[in-house]
Amino acid sequence: MNGFDAGATEKEILRFLEARTKRTWGTGTDLFASGGLSSLFAMELVVHLEKSFGVSVRGADLRLDNFRTVASMTGLVERLRAAAGGTGE
Amino acid sequence: MTQTPHTAPRPHITPHPHPAAGPHRIAVLGAGVMGVGITALALGHGIPVLLVDIDKERLGRARDDIDRELRTAQLLGRLPAAGGTAALELATDTGGVDDVTAVVEAVTEVTEVKAGVLADVSARVRPGTPLISNTSSIPIDELAGHAERPEDVAGTHFMNPPYLIPTVEVVRGARTGEGTMAAVSTLLTALARDQVVVRDAPGFVTSRVLHPMINDAARVVQEGTATPEAVDALMEGCLGHPTGPLRTADLIGIDNLVDSLRVLHRRTGDESCRPCDLLLDKVRQGELGRKSGRGFYAYQEENR
Repeated sequence: MNGFDAGATEKEILRFLEARTKRTWGTGTDLFASGGLSSLFAMELVVHLEKSFGVSVRGADLRLDNFRTVASMTGLVERLRAAAGGTGE
Repeated sequence: MTQTPHTAPRPHITPHPHPAAGPHRIAVLGAGVMGVGITALALGHGIPVLLVDIDKERLGRARDDIDRELRTAQLLGRLPAAGGTAALELATDTGGVDDVTAVVEAVTEVTEVKAGVLADVSARVRPGTPLISNTSSIPIDELAGHAERPEDVAGTHFMNPPYLIPTVEVVRGARTGEGTMAAVSTLLTALARDQVVVRDAPGFVTSRVLHPMINDAARVVQEGTATPEAVDALMEGCLGHPTGPLRTADLIGIDNLVDSLRVLHRRTGDESCRPCDLLLDKVRQGELGRKSGRGFYAYQEENR
């Protein structure tokens, strides 16, 4: 289960964000900084990542810092997929 | 009549308290938006909950709803760092409430419904068990009259979502007992909520002030002065409202907001509390806010 396309993951997250917020975002922009999104939107991001990429975000991974930027979300998804692949799930 | 908030002493720091060993075990009546939110708040603070709703379908969704609330609370860092989630029981009747330490009533915002539920549970619990109504508008003393012991009845007005909003409005009815007020305070401290105690009146403080304001915000949209986005942007950007009144309406639930406005209008005669046509239209069309996927704003159905 190697060779996930991080570029495609990033693109999909950007697409979802733009569709939901009607704004464009940089991959390093803090989504929840002043003038950004409501922190309640973070849960929509969690649910979307789980559905789109077949991962489950639980325990210590469930913290806002993992969802603050497109880059951090991409990193989380890649890590969870690698972990799931590594245990044969 | 305000009271300085207590600082929570973090009473639930043991990793996994046994449900029967803790000092609290509460019943929450009604698995709607507020019942689910209050249940999640309690479970996340180590307090076991018996959640009762006569609607089987709604009760069937409750576990998933509560799980999502708990995950959101954790995501936003609003749960105690240590401590497991307490046990949840679900029931379609109040048969199991006899040994709970407190009852939180969060059924539909209609006087007759709340009165019936309070009459029923007050006959089942031990005398002295606080019966706490989460009404947003109905005077507590009016509800207390339907309980076997009016002194056991008090009001707490949790905001939505309960785990995110640190302060709870506590309402002392004319007949609410000293012991009941103390027990409510102890419970809210265990839930790490700050408390402000006020006297009984239609809508107390928060609904009496907020609901007519939301009604006016909707009326401004109805009259074509501005879009919901513009109203909220102005109230946030110019006046420091945290989410904007119309996004707040979606969070409250527009049906519940209309019920509360009717309660306020009937009891105060204040015309600014008569629900405006746009709010009534939204209820008729099932656009109830976040919980139905659409209100003043659209929410992704699977993500709401």
